[in-house]
Amino acid sequence: MDMKTIYLLIPLAPLFGAIIAGLFGWAIGRRAAHCVTIGGVAVSFALSAYVLNHLLSGGEAFNGTVYTWLTINGVDFNVGFLVDKLTAMMMCVVTFVSLMVHIYTIGYMQEDPGYQRFFSYISLFTFSMLMLVMANNFVQLFFGWEAVGLVSYLLIGFWFKRPTATFANLKAFLVNRVGDFGFLLGIGLVLAYFGSLDYATVFAKAPELKDTTITLMTGHTWSLMAVTCILLFVGAMGKSAQFPLHVWLPDSMEGPTPISALIHAATMVTAGIFMVARMSPMFELSDTALNFVLVIGAITALFMGFLGIIQNDIKRVVAYSTLSQLGYMTVALGVSAYSVAAFHLMTHAFFKALLFLGAGSVIIGMHHDQDIRNMGGLRKYMPITWITSLLGSLALIGTPFFAGFYSKDSIIEAVEFSTLPGAGFAHFAVLAGVFVTAFYSFRMYFLVFHGKERWMEKGHHDHHHDDHGDDHHHGLGPNDKPHESPWVVTLPLILLAIPSVVIGYLAIEPMLYGGFFDGVISVNHESHRAMEMMKEEFHGPLAMVTHAFSTLPLYLAIAGVAAAYVFYLVKPSIPAAIDRFFSAIGVRKVLEEKYYMDHLYINGFAAAGRAVGTVLWKVGDALLIDGLIVNGAAKLVGFVSSAVRRVQTGYIYHYAFAMIIGALGFITVWLGARLGWFGPEVFQWVVGLLYPQA
Amino acid sequence: MTGQLLSYAIWVPIVAGLIVLATGGDKHAGIQRWLALIGALLGFLVTLPLYAGFDVESAGMQFEELRPWIETFNINYHLGVDGLSVWFVILNAFTTLMVVLAGWQVIERRVGQYMAAFLIMSGLINGAFAALDAILFYVFFEAMLIPMYLVIGIWGGPRRVYASIKFFLYTFLGSLLTLVAFVYLYYQAGHSFDIQAFHRLPLGMTAQALVLVAFFFAFAVKVPMWPVHTWLPDAHVEAPTGGSMVLAAITLKLGAYGFLRFALPIAPDASREYAWVFVLLSLIAVVYIGFVALVQTDMKKLVAYSSISHMGFVTLGFFMFARGTDLNSFAVEGAIVQMISHGFVSAAMFFSIGVMYDRVHSRKIADYGGVANKMPIFASFFMLFAMANAGLPGTSGFVGEFFVVLGAVQVNFWYAVLAATTLIFGAAYTLWMYKRVIFGDVANQHVAELSDVNKREFLVLAILAVAVLGMGLYPKPFTDLMHFSVNDLIWHVSQTKLPQ
Repeated sequence: MDMKTIYLLIPLAPLFGAIIAGLFGWAIGRRAAHCVTIGGVAVSFALSAYVLNHLLSGGEAFNGTVYTWLTINGVDFNVGFLVDKLTAMMMCVVTFVSLMVHIYTIGYMQEDPGYQRFFSYISLFTFSMLMLVMANNFVQLFFGWEAVGLVSYLLIGFWFKRPTATFANLKAFLVNRVGDFGFLLGIGLVLAYFGSLDYATVFAKAPELKDTTITLMTGHTWSLMAVTCILLFVGAMGKSAQFPLHVWLPDSMEGPTPISALIHAATMVTAGIFMVARMSPMFELSDTALNFVLVIGAITALFMGFLGIIQNDIKRVVAYSTLSQLGYMTVALGVSAYSVAAFHLMTHAFFKALLFLGAGSVIIGMHHDQDIRNMGGLRKYMPITWITSLLGSLALIGTPFFAGFYSKDSIIEAVEFSTLPGAGFAHFAVLAGVFVTAFYSFRMYFLVFHGKERWMEKGHHDHHHDDHGDDHHHGLGPNDKPHESPWVVTLPLILLAIPSVVIGYLAIEPMLYGGFFDGVISVNHESHRAMEMMKEEFHGPLAMVTHAFSTLPLYLAIAGVAAAYVFYLVKPSIPAAIDRFFSAIGVRKVLEEKYYMDHLYINGFAAAGRAVGTVLWKVGDALLIDGLIVNGAAKLVGFVSSAVRRVQTGYIYHYAFAMIIGALGFITVWLGARLGWFGPEVFQWVVGLLYPQA
Repeated sequence: MTGQLLSYAIWVPIVAGLIVLATGGDKHAGIQRWLALIGALLGFLVTLPLYAGFDVESAGMQFEELRPWIETFNINYHLGVDGLSVWFVILNAFTTLMVVLAGWQVIERRVGQYMAAFLIMSGLINGAFAALDAILFYVFFEAMLIPMYLVIGIWGGPRRVYASIKFFLYTFLGSLLTLVAFVYLYYQAGHSFDIQAFHRLPLGMTAQALVLVAFFFAFAVKVPMWPVHTWLPDAHVEAPTGGSMVLAAITLKLGAYGFLRFALPIAPDASREYAWVFVLLSLIAVVYIGFVALVQTDMKKLVAYSSISHMGFVTLGFFMFARGTDLNSFAVEGAIVQMISHGFVSAAMFFSIGVMYDRVHSRKIADYGGVANKMPIFASFFMLFAMANAGLPGTSGFVGEFFVVLGAVQVNFWYAVLAATTLIFGAAYTLWMYKRVIFGDVANQHVAELSDVNKREFLVLAILAVAVLGMGLYPKPFTDLMHFSVNDLIWHVSQTKLPQ
């Protein structure tokens, strides 16, 4: 097989699985549906690993066209692949996590009537995501971008009978569309000024256009690069759920847990991060855009973390954690540490998928009760889930030697070295975020796996998912015992736990300092020195751990864990007291209402949109255009015609009279012309009037 | 045979329609359906050589036919297609086929007349797209109103009389001024109604402006552009499913086509001078109608408004071809692609609504809910078409909107900003409707009694789905036919025709 066939097979294998399971799932049954989709993704993963290895052992990056989608104005718009190391890394992450999720789904969805449909969707997602990361041009990027959005929409609303699910998927789609609105305009500017949408052409031309300005409002000139990059980043804000377009992600937890792990934690939501890293040759040219990216990321990293503290739904805790971690990645992008962002993207994909799947395993064990207040002491009953979740949490909070430690500490360090105006705030945000992350992660961990077995005493808590599909029972009874999940569920947990622990240690040196992204990610080392300075200070993964003991983040993480331990295992009266205090000063309300963003969007923008629509319809269309003009004109015609109608009386003598008058008139003109009362041209004119042919 | 392809495209469906009519009343309904299907199929097949034999390297008229018709006035039976019109002849024949299938069992009353009306209309519309003589165009353009008027007036809903008269008067009054313009041009062109001669005719600015106004009234009503759009929602709501399909898929395109064939090339200086008017009205259509569509409670009305908004993209695209002195065809070709795509997508949307209407006899969104529980296959198709209506990449709905926006950025960034709001509006009104109709628990007894699509409905949905996806994934064959004609048009519009 030549490489081009391999590149084609990688996305097409999952697409094939999706089509078979989707269109013929009813005929081939459950087993065949999961076999064909898992087979497709497995092929895809194996080949992706092969491609990565090929590139690591010195193989050439590939940039080529598959087919020409469209030609307009002499410009070719292609479907084509760019497979370099950034792509290869993404392909491996996507297909690996997808494979794990596929296997896990066998266990998680076994009772669901939409089994085949689910497998079809997640394979379709894998295809779309691969098309996104493998694109060599903006059109295909946009294709993949919206296609993953579509599958996300379909999967959030998978249980389409639940009103909350169909609300959440519409919301997700629309908020993403707001981001895409900016993204599309950004692409429009790229085409207008670069004359092409192929990455290679655009990136090569970018430096020439560094100082180009555009006038968007008379009297105000803007840097083309800043406007374009910010617009493109607006797209990333939608897809990667950055403030203020983050609102859809927590609600997306309405979807089945496997897709929360795959789409809403590990892969799709990182598309925005990937995109900005891919566009580094453009973003590097505008400090304005980078600063915007940095500040948005910092806000997301810190403020979304706060919300994670007060959540009681196990999936929502992890969801807010994802938001916060996406903020970290965005911060890294803002300080030009693109490779660090990609690195954190990778480590996060493993440990966050692990945490979500672990949460899913807990949910199975709890018989679809998701409220952590009803859990406790589960480590006795679900040992594999317990250990793997602990490993995932340790990786997330940045425990030395774990994957998250290397990537998160690198981000914090990079921000420290940045000289952008927003870096001060961002540094504070990511440091404070370390404590917050450790606190909410271990709050959840302790509440779920340690302490009292609270489902025995429940009854006073509402179930979160009482409206679940009819084939699920809800929650454990007081005398039930949770059980460890079947091997199809625990195997992916174990397989994801391994990279969550070791990948950081293994990959940091080659990925960040070993020239892995040379020629892929471009950094202007003169003005953005963070990466250079970090390289100078880096003395290997081991030295990084020893160094960590002399820096703040490690102690912040320890403090977070310790606080959670004291609050939720030793003295539960403390959080209750703090809660009362924060309730009293109103902070709790603000957090519960998620900073009132949903209110703003739903009661503000959406309601205003409907109000404007109603006014334009009822007043504009119905009253003014139809009422005044159309029906008015009709009434006028009616009035005139009722006057004219009187001429048509139906009496023959009236018509005869009119004929005689006419004939007399005509004779008069004729005679007049003959007798010379006026010139013959008048007669000619009248005849012409009556018989134009003559 | 290739010499008379266009005549076949016009007269095969008309003759088929007359044959169907001649078979008499409803006791022959069975055979009438089959005859109509054969006629529509033949009508479609004769248009395929137009694609196969089309010379993509030519901007000129192809498959030309020229015979004298009314020699006294130098009116000719002159036919021909170029890259601007060829797709619409094919699309029209295709849509007729879909309409015959769509009305197969649904229409039980006056079946023969129903089928005949659509077949005859199909031929007349092809005539309008293929005519190269202004009077011939006018005759076809007006004549097709009659079968549509009858379709709405006879097989329509309760307010069909109001709707059909509104439809007829609106469009008929609009086109009267066009006739005046044609007569004026006839004298200017030295007693010729040849459209291509009109194209070459130098005209002063005042004359151009007046001619443009005349064309505007005829074609803007047909498109329809804001604010002369209010006939469309009424017509759609009352029209039977087939009527809505043709109305949205084809007749609206005639209006847009009129701008391409007449307004722009005949009055280029005035078109450039007053482009801002068209741009403004188009952008109002996109944004204003986007808002209005959001609050519709009737599915057909919603899709009708969405059609107006999508057609706003078409008229916007027509005027987005110059950045300073730099000409580009992104938006114009995008607009034509949008016209074709809208033909597929709107026909599919109206057919889908028809499928539900046939079962529940309501178009109100509130009367539905949870349809997916009972009609999963239908729900999947409807999802695809809803996404196409929302302009999702991979469907045909994306291609046109994408390139109109890209073209608009080249002209004026703020035009593009307003146009791009359709990403949000389109998704909002379409998917919100989808959510309320398809998702959720079974809402009522009617929904509980629903049965999924039958084989005939499946066939129509599947063909339309292939068209929507095919054009979305590989639009190149569609645009390849346009390049030369569009470039030629743009070049002409950029030149002055003012007498030196």
